[in-house]
Amino acid sequence: MTTTPSSFVLNRRHLLGIDGLSASEITGLLDLAEEFVTLNRQVEKKRTSLRGRTQINLFFENSTRTQSSFELAGKRLGADVMNMSVAQSSIKKGETLIDTALTLNAMHPDILIMRHAASGAVELLSKKVDCSVVNAGDGTHEHPTQALLDALTIRRNKGRIERLTVAICGDILHSRVARSNIILLNQMQARVRAIGPSTLLPACAERLGVEVYRDMKEGLKDVDIVMMLRLQRERMNGSFVPSVQEYFHFFGLDEAKLRYAKPDALVMHPGPMNRGVEIATSVADGAQSLIREQVEMGVAVRMAVLEALARNLPNA
Amino acid sequence: MALTDPRPLLLANARLIDPSTGSDMPGGLFIENGVIRDHGPGLVASAVPDGTEIVDCGGAVVAPGLVDIRCFVGEPGYEYRETLASASQAAAAGGVTTIVCQPSTEPVMDDPAIVDFLLRRARDTGIVRIYPMAAITKKLAGREMTEFGLLKEAGAVAFTDGARSVTNALVMRRAMTYARDFDALIVHHTEDPDLIGEGVMNEGEFASRLGLGGIPVEAETIMLERDMRLVKLTGVRYHAASITCRDSLAIIARAKNEGLPVTAAVTVNHLTLNENDIGSYRTFCKLTPPLRTEDDRLALADAVADGLIDVVVSDHDPHDVETKRLPFAEAEPGAVGVETMLPAALRLVHSGLVPLATLLKALSTTPAKLLGLPGGTLARGAPADLVVIDIDEPWVLDRDTLKSKCKNSPFDEARLTGRAIRTLVAGRTVHG
Repeated sequence: MTTTPSSFVLNRRHLLGIDGLSASEITGLLDLAEEFVTLNRQVEKKRTSLRGRTQINLFFENSTRTQSSFELAGKRLGADVMNMSVAQSSIKKGETLIDTALTLNAMHPDILIMRHAASGAVELLSKKVDCSVVNAGDGTHEHPTQALLDALTIRRNKGRIERLTVAICGDILHSRVARSNIILLNQMQARVRAIGPSTLLPACAERLGVEVYRDMKEGLKDVDIVMMLRLQRERMNGSFVPSVQEYFHFFGLDEAKLRYAKPDALVMHPGPMNRGVEIATSVADGAQSLIREQVEMGVAVRMAVLEALARNLPNA
Repeated sequence: MALTDPRPLLLANARLIDPSTGSDMPGGLFIENGVIRDHGPGLVASAVPDGTEIVDCGGAVVAPGLVDIRCFVGEPGYEYRETLASASQAAAAGGVTTIVCQPSTEPVMDDPAIVDFLLRRARDTGIVRIYPMAAITKKLAGREMTEFGLLKEAGAVAFTDGARSVTNALVMRRAMTYARDFDALIVHHTEDPDLIGEGVMNEGEFASRLGLGGIPVEAETIMLERDMRLVKLTGVRYHAASITCRDSLAIIARAKNEGLPVTAAVTVNHLTLNENDIGSYRTFCKLTPPLRTEDDRLALADAVADGLIDVVVSDHDPHDVETKRLPFAEAEPGAVGVETMLPAALRLVHSGLVPLATLLKALSTTPAKLLGLPGGTLARGAPADLVVIDIDEPWVLDRDTLKSKCKNSPFDEARLTGRAIRTLVAGRTVHG
């Protein structure tokens, strides 16, 4: 670890999305995260920058990986971390969400990490509390720390983000990961392609700053990065795509389709993966896969976000 | 599929009509190795190699074989009604060189393995070209779309739920959206089952007199109008499987004027018969959609003549006596037609409603092109899928002579003028 931590401060109270972050803010967060990658690989992984602070992880949707990543990040920075998993059924109404927010606010937390099934729910809550709020995924809107960890993974492996061609493949319509990534990659001057069946592409996808492809072989041609997205099983069978077999045949990433990308193309997936649905095991575990590294970067990026926000907290 | 006839063949002294180029001229047509090698006015017996079989057509029409893209066969599952073998015999006798089967088989044509089965079976037992349309929705249930991509790879040439409509607009929207990615053609039967209700024939005075439940034209037009909106939304290639009335023509015309990728077909029955042909409860004239008024029929014929209607189909639908010899309301709808399509359609030519070349275009060139099938042209190098037509021969249809397993023809005992006297598939004579 560098002896002198960078002095980067995220000059805002919340991190609700990638939308609105400048390229220099993104770069600052990624640089800070690099320091934590080094820290996390040491025996002594603790810092004290969040000592005395209270971090509440408020998850209205189940998530093992993101929640534990945030928990570990907070703990490594010395915060007191509390996990709250709230049953989906009890928070359907907006009033209940705000009641929950007010109750939590009375406990004087410093940082709230929140995931919610409704797009915009995190922003709504952020207006009702006095602490910092980090969006850990709201509906099909944004998942900013995932985009940041993807960016960090890309930068570490390719040395840059700008001018890379990144293909985001699969269920883009329902993916907050895709939305955050499209915004970030565009902000960082990468070229973004969206590849999927039209039923899984958002309306007017072209206007989101992506080139749209409906054919994997065409879309993957000469790309540097292939980001696969998770296809949820309930999206199968007549609703959006006909079957697992058909989806994998045309849109699943196997070795044959990967060969259309550049020879040194790298493969990413936010996890958890459906092997044999959107990605073949041989690719997921293959030499071009960065999937495990993405998980490692997740902790570092979340530490960077927490620290950067904490530096801007009152009495810091 | 029939094997290629090894011996070269000259169809001499013919009237060559090629709707794909708009040409209509006297001459000969030379076939070798299953393809059209040459044709033209100068092609006479002395112009072809020794050993060529010479057929003097005596001035008869030589045209591309008919391509019937709406043919209910029944194999697998309903072999007692029709098999691929019997349907192809009937087709050949009617000058039809390609039939496109509908997916309402048992099991339903909604799985690549069934498409594969049909193509193998067609190859082994058929004497004309046979292709399947696959289902839009699994089990034709209107709920879940089928595997368009895999089905297309297996050999499905288009997607349809046969004589059923996909009533759920969201399911249809997604199916169209998904189909567009695969450049798949959606062929839709536009009849709202809720609006059909208990109806069994066209709604109007005649139905009232017969005491039969009526089906308003709106059952068709509302569904068709909905589909046009969804086509505009999704950009899918769309083909209206069978329209029957003047109001539907206006909808198709508007869609085409807007530049939507829309085509439409009409059945030969709706072009040549009207609701009055039901007479005293003739179940052979019970069809889906139902026969409409004479005004509608004339409008449809005009639309074929001016090209608004792209395709004419047989809507061949064999039913045996068990399901037809019943009170009108209880009988199954549908009629055999692949064998009588050409002679029945020639009524339009003889009555001056539709020029012969225009009719042949709607019966062969356009359907072949629409589905990307071989045939539909006399171009050099094209497969020799041909029909030789005596357009003036008068005859009376005796349904017992039909090659179909079922004899439910609305043209039974009808006086007809003109018929196919010879049919060739890939240069091999399969009829005549």
